[in-house]
Amino acid sequence: MPVEQSDAQLVSRCREGDPEAWNEFVERFSRYVYAICGRGFRLAQHDAEDVFQEVFARAFERLAELRSDDAVRPWLAQLTRRLCIDKLRLLARDNPSEADPDEQAIDDVLGELDEAMTVRAALDKVGDPCREILDRFFCRDESYRTIGEILQMPAGTIASRISRCLEKVRSELDGRDRGSQPS
Amino acid sequence: MNGFNEERIGRLLRLLSPAPEGWVRAAQELPAARAMLDELVARAEQDAAFRLQLQADLERAVAAAGYEPSPFVVSRLRQLLRTD
Repeated sequence: MPVEQSDAQLVSRCREGDPEAWNEFVERFSRYVYAICGRGFRLAQHDAEDVFQEVFARAFERLAELRSDDAVRPWLAQLTRRLCIDKLRLLARDNPSEADPDEQAIDDVLGELDEAMTVRAALDKVGDPCREILDRFFCRDESYRTIGEILQMPAGTIASRISRCLEKVRSELDGRDRGSQPS
Repeated sequence: MNGFNEERIGRLLRLLSPAPEGWVRAAQELPAARAMLDELVARAEQDAAFRLQLQADLERAVAAAGYEPSPFVVSRLRQLLRTD
């Protein structure tokens, strides 16, 4: 199983011009940026696509300006937030009923998405097959039957596998939590 | 104790559904698109006839120059030429 790299390690590889690193960067943060556009700002799909591409275009161009490689996630969140607001203001020129979004509500969603990314990182650490099973069930909304067919597992065992995989992710998160506490 | 029980883990995972594949692929192709844009802008700066072709019909001029006129390349090129 490949060792998951930290955000800082991945950013450092991108800066060095490693083409595979950029693919991984987009893969790692695409859901986050997509969720901020959709769940945070409720942009229509075509507007979300504009913002999504603009976020990654600017990230690609400005990655060298990032002060701390560890801070890439909040940097991307801030960039996405700013571009979503720009998009909403642009839309409001044609349709004045579109108001600026509720900042507190956006902060709440972004806080949750940040936690979701922490859980996602723990899931990546747990690896397959749990990663694939949980991703299909929770993120892609696939049924037990579909998951069973694709992964060639009896559909009747999927629920118990999901439960065991969730337990593994929880243990991973607990371990992380213990590791971050001062001794 | 970090407060991540199984129910909460599931709920948080649901928030991160995958972005459409085409969007992800387009973002991954940015480095190549960026290089293409640099070449097109450099050529437009040096070649007045090519610049006029771009102004007349940007997509067609990009394709005629042998590049794929993807929506990203077209919109970015439009911005670059406008600010140049």
